[in-house]
Amino acid sequence: MSSSTVTPTESDSHITSYPRFIGRSLWLATEGSFAFYAWMTMLTALFLVGANAWANQVAGGMISTHMTDHVSWGLYIANFTFMVGLAAGGVMMVIPAYLYHDRKMHDVVIIGELLAIAAIVMCLMFVVADLGRPDRFWHMVPGIGKFNFPISMLTWDVIVLNGYLILNLHICGYLLYMRFLGRQPNPVWYVPFVMLSIIWAISIHTVTAFLYCGLGGRPFWNTALLAPRFLASAFVSGPAFIIVTMAMMRGLTQVKGLERPIATLTKIIRVTILINLLMVVSELFTEFYTGGSHVSAAKYLFFGLHGKTALVPWTWTAIGLNITAACLFLWPGLLGPKFRWLLVSACLMAFVGAWIEKGMGLIVPGFIPSTLHEVVEYVPSMLEWKVTIGIWAFGLMVFTIAIKTALPTLRQSEPS
Amino acid sequence: MTANKPSLPIVENFSRRAAVKGGFATLGAASFVAAISPLRHAAQNSSAGEFMQNHYTELTPEQKSDVLARLESEAKENYGADVTIGDDRPIPGTKFVYAINLSVCNGNGKCVEACHKENNHDRATNQSYIRVLEMPVGTMDMEQGSTTYTGIVPKDGKFYLPVQCQQCDEPPCVDVCPVKATWKEEDGIVVVDYNWCIGCRYCEAACPYHARRFNWKKPEVPAEEINPDQSYLSNRIRPVGVVEKCTYCLHRTRRGKLPACLEACPTGARVFGNILDKDSNIRWILENKRVYILKEELGTKPAFFYYFD
Repeated sequence: MSSSTVTPTESDSHITSYPRFIGRSLWLATEGSFAFYAWMTMLTALFLVGANAWANQVAGGMISTHMTDHVSWGLYIANFTFMVGLAAGGVMMVIPAYLYHDRKMHDVVIIGELLAIAAIVMCLMFVVADLGRPDRFWHMVPGIGKFNFPISMLTWDVIVLNGYLILNLHICGYLLYMRFLGRQPNPVWYVPFVMLSIIWAISIHTVTAFLYCGLGGRPFWNTALLAPRFLASAFVSGPAFIIVTMAMMRGLTQVKGLERPIATLTKIIRVTILINLLMVVSELFTEFYTGGSHVSAAKYLFFGLHGKTALVPWTWTAIGLNITAACLFLWPGLLGPKFRWLLVSACLMAFVGAWIEKGMGLIVPGFIPSTLHEVVEYVPSMLEWKVTIGIWAFGLMVFTIAIKTALPTLRQSEPS
Repeated sequence: MTANKPSLPIVENFSRRAAVKGGFATLGAASFVAAISPLRHAAQNSSAGEFMQNHYTELTPEQKSDVLARLESEAKENYGADVTIGDDRPIPGTKFVYAINLSVCNGNGKCVEACHKENNHDRATNQSYIRVLEMPVGTMDMEQGSTTYTGIVPKDGKFYLPVQCQQCDEPPCVDVCPVKATWKEEDGIVVVDYNWCIGCRYCEAACPYHARRFNWKKPEVPAEEINPDQSYLSNRIRPVGVVEKCTYCLHRTRRGKLPACLEACPTGARVFGNILDKDSNIRWILENKRVYILKEELGTKPAFFYYFD
């Protein structure tokens, strides 16, 4: 392992050696094959397109998005909501590892935490992209601004999201730093934080659900099932993303011992994907069997309302993907080595299904029909897609660099 | 890659790689600066004073008069209009409420138009704080209403339901604001500090009455059409990227006048007044008529009432 060549002596202060560790890690993370450079160049290019689109949005006003006073949140908040789930879902690596003492998971648990870091960074970027006045962001900073705590759910979200980011930065930073120093990590410095991160992961998605379900004027969101549904779909999309990552790592890196973690996560999705579907069915039953004006948003989502059907293809795609993925996950042979491609496709289907369900399928119908029952449709503009893709590209850059930073540790952790 | 060739001395290898990486990093940084260059245009439109300005309730009297002077000169600069921006405060012992006689309202839309002009709304989007629903007689189900009706009014079998900010006593929009940019004043009017709002539009999502509007772009109003009698918390021309709402025309009502929508109403369907005044017309109506409250089940406790003769 190359980083061990610069291991500082015991007398060095952490204040000087920690930044050196960060610098060294980042330097190593930018070393790689031609394919790696091509990948990073592509992501950089996409990020620059997004940054330019966002700058234009700030300069010209949000009129360049297709949001309106009727549908005042769109693609950005949809992605934000999904990303919170991805961040929370990353913790599904942590639960088996620490609560069930799965040693195999211990070695790779950091992948989930790095995913959480990248996802939270994307969350924060999506929120900033959605602000009409990003220059006034400081109004939200406690102390110098005016923080409407504890009344506004959005201030709770600011606290839990930033707290989760710091928590995961600490856990990952500490574990990797100890490896860099060549020392054994001291459980006192990370196990309590890992346990806290489990509760915290649940809190970030619960609070984000409360953002929506606390609004009495929006019947589509005003359901107690929203937070549990958020968690169930988060515990599908997070593990699905990690399985795909680990499947790719098997080919691209020399990290061994990923089979057992992949199997564990597959078992988790097997359960959570069914719980998620059950909750969707429960909610649809109360909506459609009862009827009344409450059902109009769900009607719009699934069948269209007054001839307006923009979301119908999205919804049925999501349902098709979710059900197909659920069937695949129920098939015992899915973990067979011959069917690795099938596992990856099932994960991708579940991931895209959750993205549509939590994004366009949740945020947009909350606004349609509007509170005065007007049906005004929303289809994201090209600019919104550019900003969104830019933020995704940046998030993938953060994730790639983070994984590369952790690779020496992951490689080392195989049993000798 | 060549960097891994053992024949090259490590130091030289390292420095060449560092140079290449440095080159790419510089290129990336330069492209980033170029990509976000439109921000410079946005920065030109806002002054340091505006950026640093405190929350309205925390301004000292001196700071407040500086802010008002700055806003007046900005109106001159950006819109070519001479305006006066006042700082109208609630009158003690006043709680404003509004009522509409649904038996009389005929959906002519004069209130919508008057609001648009009075409050200096963007001309291009034809914005207004009031929406009028055309509803079939026999239902209060808005699902069956239409805000886009045309033709001669009133139509047979229809009645008309104007909706604007209900100035709720339990306003969900105020609760959700993360930066306290919106609050309820002592006279019952929910206001927005347009210079503090960050534009998250959470209040717009929370309002059950579609009473809030967002400035998706810089409002366009020709200089000659600008209403020069303005107030900080009401009808001054709003900045881009912030939320605005009906303020019961506080720049008029706190000066003893009636709201513009009421003055424009040709049928006399609108009644406005101080509910704390025992002799007021509005008090008599609320005590003696059959009064209806919009979405009462949501617990927002509106200060806006509908009644029937």
